[in-house]
Amino acid sequence: MSILVYANTAKNKVHKSAFEAVSYGAQIAEKSGDSVTAVVVGNADDLDTLGKYGADKVIHVTNDKLNDFQPTLIAQAIQQAAEENNASIIVFSHDLSGKSVAPILAAKMNAGIVTGAVDLPQMDGDFIVKKAVFSGKAYAHVKVTTATKIISLTPNALEKKEYNKTASVEDKAYELGDSRLKVVEQKIQSTDLPLTEAELVVSAGRGLKGPENWGMIEDLAKALGAATACSRPVSDMDWRPHHEHVGQTGVAIRPNLYIAIGISGAIQHLAGVNQSKVIVAINTDPEAPFFKAADYGIVGDAFEVVPKLVVAAKAMN
Amino acid sequence: MKILVCISKAPDTTSKIAFTDNNTAFDKNGVQFIINPYDEWYALVRGLELKEANGGSVTILNVGGADNDPTIRKALAIGADDAVRINMEPTDALGVAKQIADYAKENTFDMVLCGKETIDYNGSQVGGMVAAFLDQPFISNASKLDMAGNTATVERDIQGGKEIVQVDTPFVLSAAKGMAEARIPNMRGIMAARTKPLNVVEPSAFENTTEIASYELPPAKGACKMVSADNPAELLNLLRNEAKII
Ligand SMILES: Cc1cc2nc3c(=O)[nH]c(=O)nc-3n(C[C@H](O)[C@H](O)[C@H](O)COP(=O)(O)OP(=O)(O)OC[C@H]3O[C@@H](n4cnc5c(N)ncnc54)[C@H](O)[C@@H]3O)c2cc1C
Ligand SMILES: Nc1ncnc2c1ncn2[C@@H]1O[C@H](COP(=O)(O)O)[C@@H](O)[C@H]1O
Repeated sequence: MSILVYANTAKNKVHKSAFEAVSYGAQIAEKSGDSVTAVVVGNADDLDTLGKYGADKVIHVTNDKLNDFQPTLIAQAIQQAAEENNASIIVFSHDLSGKSVAPILAAKMNAGIVTGAVDLPQMDGDFIVKKAVFSGKAYAHVKVTTATKIISLTPNALEKKEYNKTASVEDKAYELGDSRLKVVEQKIQSTDLPLTEAELVVSAGRGLKGPENWGMIEDLAKALGAATACSRPVSDMDWRPHHEHVGQTGVAIRPNLYIAIGISGAIQHLAGVNQSKVIVAINTDPEAPFFKAADYGIVGDAFEVVPKLVVAAKAMN
Repeated sequence: MKILVCISKAPDTTSKIAFTDNNTAFDKNGVQFIINPYDEWYALVRGLELKEANGGSVTILNVGGADNDPTIRKALAIGADDAVRINMEPTDALGVAKQIADYAKENTFDMVLCGKETIDYNGSQVGGMVAAFLDQPFISNASKLDMAGNTATVERDIQGGKEIVQVDTPFVLSAAKGMAEARIPNMRGIMAARTKPLNVVEPSAFENTTEIASYELPPAKGACKMVSADNPAELLNLLRNEAKII
């Protein structure tokens, strides 16, 4: 039996979330005694690096049809790899690519699936996976009853473990169907890391008064090596780009550190950030709800506090 | 243009989350239910706009019990033409998707629109599964959808950016922010919704592949440690030496 992991790539490079998924698969394999096979589709380099996080073997599916993001065809490729390798568990990252491909595969293989896992499965007796529900306000323990199981792992939920194995790389040109979906144009953002994968995030809200005041937020983010985010009204008013909007209706993130500046802490905002490991709130209002969700707080005016933080952060580096 | 919009019912975003029956069931006591925001604000409203521009119909589909009818009526009040409820308590995404796909197969639609995820189960599963069961293309996390004849031009969120794709009908799409602006039902819509058809259909047979064994609330947060506004450097010191994260 084997554990199969879909390792997604971007710009020919294995994604950080893919290393996490491989390490997750390897930790399951350690308990179950299976081997770990990573599947990579489309153009990609340095695939042997997947061994570092526990892959014994890498299947590189080289079919040209996979150079665009074609969820249906990727699911076909993974299904063939799963059948060839007698996979009992198939692991994805719960990122934008996993969210598209994993459910298609689950339906095609009639496999029970748990998306957004936050811990290793419990495997003695029933097979149970813990996942976040109610936008991070609770967890569910989900029992999977099919022989083949699919799990997608929430990015940044678990510490990666290193195995330093040497992974063999096998090229495969699986037969794939045709897709009616044509990619016309790609608009890859210049920001290096998607917000969901950032470990440190500096975020600001309507308390900042206007888009012209974001300079100090960017300075702080830069000094800390953090990504920037914002509350919904801020992106609705076009003060900041939409992809920075976090919360129930924006992206959900779980960085190691989330600094919320001039954000009140409405429940819909918290829903997207409350799984962050450490939360800092900076707000003029001591009654702001964010302080109830925060680990550290400063009651103060962002226009005074943030510039001081920037100086201190620069001094620390 | 025949459009099917899948809606799910979700607790209002400000609801207190609690569990009963030894943490095996969601406590609905005092909870207000709404249409899942992605389904309402984006999938449904964009579906209605396309119908208004091109003609055709918008049908609402929900898999759930009779207590979902008020939520379905709200979707009709916003402007859908008719609704179907598949009479089954949803327990598993594959089961829900199978019901939706079976209905869509029998009643052929040009497109099936879903939300990108439900805000209670946070699955991001049903849309992709419906596409797989129907053998149709799946465009996930779409932020724009335009039609010219039977060709759709869609902007979708992908890892690290956005992409414009084209696909001919039929297809399945999951909707994210950007697709449309929320609409508030007016009095005429609410009146009209009362007499619009809401057909109840019995589910087809299927077997569950997952079940929720139990729920758990996250541990209560400890008190927030306050740092003086006069000395923000202390915050960084705590983050480095106490929390050990920077
Ligand atoms: C269904 C639904 C979904 C939603 N989804 C989201 C979502 O995904 N994400 C989201 O963010 N919101 C969401 N909202 C909106 C949410 O309810 C709040 O309205 C929003 O989060 C408020 O944004 P804010 O905190 O930036 O602004 P405000 O609520 O206006 O808060 C501004 C804060 O800044 C503080 N402040 C003012 N001046 C300063 C200063 N000089 N220095 C420091 N602090 C200062 C104020 O004390 C206040 O606490 C949703 C709402 C609904 C109904
Ligand atoms: N019970 C249901 N009835 C109809 N549509 C549903 C149901 N559950 C989920 N959906 C649709 O599938 C989408 C994704 O749901 P999920 O996979 O649960 O996150 C939702 O946004 C809805 O459009």
